[in-house]
Amino acid sequence: MAGTAVRGRLTWQVSAVTALIDETASVKTIELQAPDWAGHLAGQHLDVRLTAEDGYRAERSYSIASAPGEPVALTVERLEDGEVSPYLTEELRPGDDLEIRGPVGGYFVWDGDDSVTPLMLIAGGSGVVPLRSILRHRSNLRSTVPVRLLYSARSLADVIYRDELDQEGAGVEVIYTLTRQQPQGWTGHRGRVDKSMLSEVAWPPDQQAIAYVCGPTPFVETVASSLVGLGYPAQRVKTERFGGIGGS
Amino acid sequence: MDDLDGNAMGGLMQEIFGVEMTTAIETCAHCGNAAVVAETAVYLRGPGAVMRCPTCTNILMVVVRRQDMHCVDMQGIASLSPAGQTA
Repeated sequence: MAGTAVRGRLTWQVSAVTALIDETASVKTIELQAPDWAGHLAGQHLDVRLTAEDGYRAERSYSIASAPGEPVALTVERLEDGEVSPYLTEELRPGDDLEIRGPVGGYFVWDGDDSVTPLMLIAGGSGVVPLRSILRHRSNLRSTVPVRLLYSARSLADVIYRDELDQEGAGVEVIYTLTRQQPQGWTGHRGRVDKSMLSEVAWPPDQQAIAYVCGPTPFVETVASSLVGLGYPAQRVKTERFGGIGGS
Repeated sequence: MDDLDGNAMGGLMQEIFGVEMTTAIETCAHCGNAAVVAETAVYLRGPGAVMRCPTCTNILMVVVRRQDMHCVDMQGIASLSPAGQTA
C-alpha cells in the first residue's frame, strides 16, 4: 500500500498503461504510470504479474527501459512460445492496468558516476533495453563519460530504438553488427560478436573501461569470456543473461 | 528457455530476504567458489526456481512457492552475505 511499504520490501502495485510504442515487428515499449513507484536506477528490472480469471498467476522480470526520473517503461519482445510476452505485446491497451513491483536488482546498474570511464555497452537483441536506460541517464545527466555501444541484431529491421540510437550525441559511438541480413551497401560489421570484433571495437583494457553485457545466455558467455581474454578484469565485466532465445 | 542468471531471481530473493540480494556474495558448499548472486546460473522453467554454482553447477538454492508460502532449500550454500557485509 502507498506510504506503508517498508524500505527494501517489494510490494505489488497497480500501474496504468499510458502508451504502447512499436519498436520492431515483434518488440513493443510499454509506458506506465505508476503512482507508488519509488524511482529506479539505470539497468534495474521490475517484475510483472499477470493473473488469469481462475487465479493462475505468471510472473516475469523485465529490464526497465526508461532512465531514472522518467516514467517507468518496459520494452518487451514477443516470444512465440511465451506465456506473458504475447499478452503484453498483443493484448495490452492504453488504459489497462498492469501489476508490477520493483525496482529489482543492484548488480547490472550504472549510477551515473562520472569518475568511472569509459563505458563499453554490448547488447545482443533485446539485451539493449537496460543499456538504453543507461544511455538516456547519461544524456539526462549531461555526463561526458565516453560510451561505445556494440549492438548485435539479426537485421537492421530488428534494431530496437534505432532512431534514438542514431541521434546519440557527442561521446557516444553506436556500432552495429548484423548477423543474418545486411542491407545493400552495408559497410558495418556483420556476423556474431567474437573476440576479434571486440579487439577492434571495445575500449582497450588499459582504458579501465567498465563493460555491461546483456543478451541471450550464449551471447553473454562468449562476449564476457572474450573481454576477459582481451585483458578486461572479470569484475569490470557486468553481465545479464536472459536465456537462449531472442534474436542477436 | 535456456538458463538465466541470478539477476532473474532478484525479485524473488528480495521477497524472501527483504533486501536486495543480487549483489550478495554466495559461497558454494560443494566447491567453495564465491560469486556474486547475479553471476550464478538460474533456471526458472521448472515448478520452482533453481540456482546453481557458476563453477561446479552444484545446486545452491531451490525456492518453491505455493500460495504465499515459500519453501527455501539452501543446503548447497555455505554462506550468503548481502553486499557490504562479510560472512
